[in-house]
Amino acid sequence: MRITEHPILSFKGKKPVVFFYNGQQLVGKEGDTIASALHAAGVKMLSESIHLKRPRGFYCAIGNCASCNMVVNGEPNVRTCITPLEANMDVRMQEGKGRV
Amino acid sequence: MNEAPFVIIGAGPAGLSAAEILLKSGAHVVLIDRSDRLGGQLTKQTHMFFGSEKQHASKRGIDILKLMVDALSGYDNLTVHKETTVVGMYKDKTLACLKGETYFKVHAQAIIVATGASEKALPFENNDLPGVYAAGAVQTLMNVYGVKPGNKVLMVGSGNIGLIVSYQLMQAGIEVVKLVEAADSISGYLVHASKIRRYGVPIEMNKSVKRAIGKTAVEAVELWELDEHWQGIPGTEEMIECDTICLAVGLAPLTELMQQIGVEITFIGELGGNVPRINPRFETSVPGVYACGDVAGIEEASSAMIAGKIAATHALLNAGIEVDKAESSLASWRQELQGLRNGPHGEKVRKGLEKLGVLS
Ligand SMILES: Cc1cc2nc3c(=O)[nH]c(=O)nc-3n(C[C@H](O)[C@H](O)[C@H](O)COP(=O)(O)OP(=O)(O)OC[C@H]3O[C@@H](n4cnc5c(N)ncnc54)[C@H](O)[C@@H]3O)c2cc1C
Ligand code: FES
Repeated sequence: MRITEHPILSFKGKKPVVFFYNGQQLVGKEGDTIASALHAAGVKMLSESIHLKRPRGFYCAIGNCASCNMVVNGEPNVRTCITPLEANMDVRMQEGKGRV
Repeated sequence: MNEAPFVIIGAGPAGLSAAEILLKSGAHVVLIDRSDRLGGQLTKQTHMFFGSEKQHASKRGIDILKLMVDALSGYDNLTVHKETTVVGMYKDKTLACLKGETYFKVHAQAIIVATGASEKALPFENNDLPGVYAAGAVQTLMNVYGVKPGNKVLMVGSGNIGLIVSYQLMQAGIEVVKLVEAADSISGYLVHASKIRRYGVPIEMNKSVKRAIGKTAVEAVELWELDEHWQGIPGTEEMIECDTICLAVGLAPLTELMQQIGVEITFIGELGGNVPRINPRFETSVPGVYACGDVAGIEEASSAMIAGKIAATHALLNAGIEVDKAESSLASWRQELQGLRNGPHGEKVRKGLEKLGVLS
C-alpha cells in the first residue's frame, strides 16, 4: 500500500516501473528500492532462513542485516532494501544461501 | 606531501559536516555511502529538530539535509561514491569498496569513520517474522519511499525514536494500536509523548512482547507485564491484533570496520555499547583514523555535526595542512558540544563520555 495523503511529504508524479517477482509482473514506482516496491505490492516475505526455512522479511532497511536478500537477475544475496528498482528486473525469493 | 585523499565513510550529518571542513581547505575528499541518497538518518526525518540553533534546530531533518548537501556543491576536490559499501579496512589505510558487483580500493591519508549505528533487536518468540521491523526501517519505508509498513502497528519503546515514529505513522494514515515500554517511565521527551497521547495512542509501562503470532507474516502479538527485573509475569498476557511490530529499542554503533584494523574498542552502555576509544580530537587508537557521530557513541544529529567538524579540523592539522582560525573555531565548537550535552537529557551521554575519559 502506498501513502496517498501526507501533511508534509508528497509522493505524487512518480513514474511506474514494471518488474517481475517469481515470474509474476508487478508495478513499482520510480525511486523505489526492490524491497519497497515489493512491500507496496503486498509482498512481505522476501526469503527463507538458511536452516529452519522460516519466512523472512526486511528488518533494518539500510543494508545492515541481510534479512532482505533475494535473487535478482540471477544473482543471489542481493540486499533488496538498498538496491534501486530497475525496469524489467527479475526478482525471486531466495531459498537459504542461494544457488549461484 | 601526502597526495592520498581524505576519505569519509558515511554521509550522515557527521560525515557531511566533516566533508565541508575538509573541502574548504582544498584537500581532496572521497565521500562514500552505501545508500543511494546522502544524509544518513536525516533522509527520513520529517519532524522539526530539537537541538541548538547553530545546528539548524527547529528545521525539519530533511530540510537540514538539503542545506548540508548544498554546502558541498561546486567543489572540484570532492569525489562522491553512492551505493558503495566499504567492506574492508586495512592497516595501511586502504579501504575495500563494493559498488554493485564492482570491487575497488581507495588509499587514504586519513579516514573519518562516520558510519552511524544499527538498530537493536529484541528477543521474543517469532521475532523474525515478516512484519517485525526496526523503527528506522518503518520510517525509511514511509518517509523515503511513501510505502505503508502495515495498517495496524504496535510500537515497542518510548524513547524519542519510538515516540516520533509513532507520530509519523499517524501522519501517514496508519493506526498505532498501542505503545509499550519495558521500563517504568517514558524515556523520551514528554512533549512528544503528550502529542501521541492526545491522538489517542495508549502508552503502557512495564510491558513488553511475549511473542508474535502469524504464519508468513505478523497477524497478532501477545504482550505481557514485566516485573522489576524485566521478567514476564505469567497470567498477565494480552492479545492484540496487528500486522506490524515496530521495535524502537535502541541503537548500537557500527564499529565493525574499525575492529578490522585493531582500533581499540570498549563497552560503554551509556553510549550504546561497543565504541572506539577516541581522544578529545576524535582520533581512535590508530593514528589518522577518526570516528565521529553515532558510531562514536549514540547521541544526536546536532552533536554529530559538530563532532564531524572537530574531527575534520584535527585530521587536517595533523596532516600539516593549514586551517584558517583553527584554534578559535575548535574552541567554539567544543563549547557548543558542551551546551548540547548540558541538559537533563544529556546526562547519559555525559556519564558515558566521562567513562571514556573525553568529557570536554
Ligand atoms: C526517529 C529519529 C528521530 C531523531 N530526532 C532527532 C532530533 O530531533 N534532533 C537530533 O539532533 N537528532 C535526532 N535523531 C538522531 C540523529 O538522526 C542521529 O544521531 C544522526 O543521524 C547520527 O548521524 P551520523 O552521521 O553519525 O550517522 P547516520 O545519520 O546514521 O549516517 C551514517 C551513514 O553511514 C553510512 N554507512 C554505514 N556503514 C557504511 C559502510 N560500511 N559503507 C558505506 N557507508 C556506510 C550509512 O548508509 C549512513 O548514511 C533522531 C533519530 C531518529 C532515528
Ligand atoms: S533489511 Fe537489513 S539488509 Fe536489507
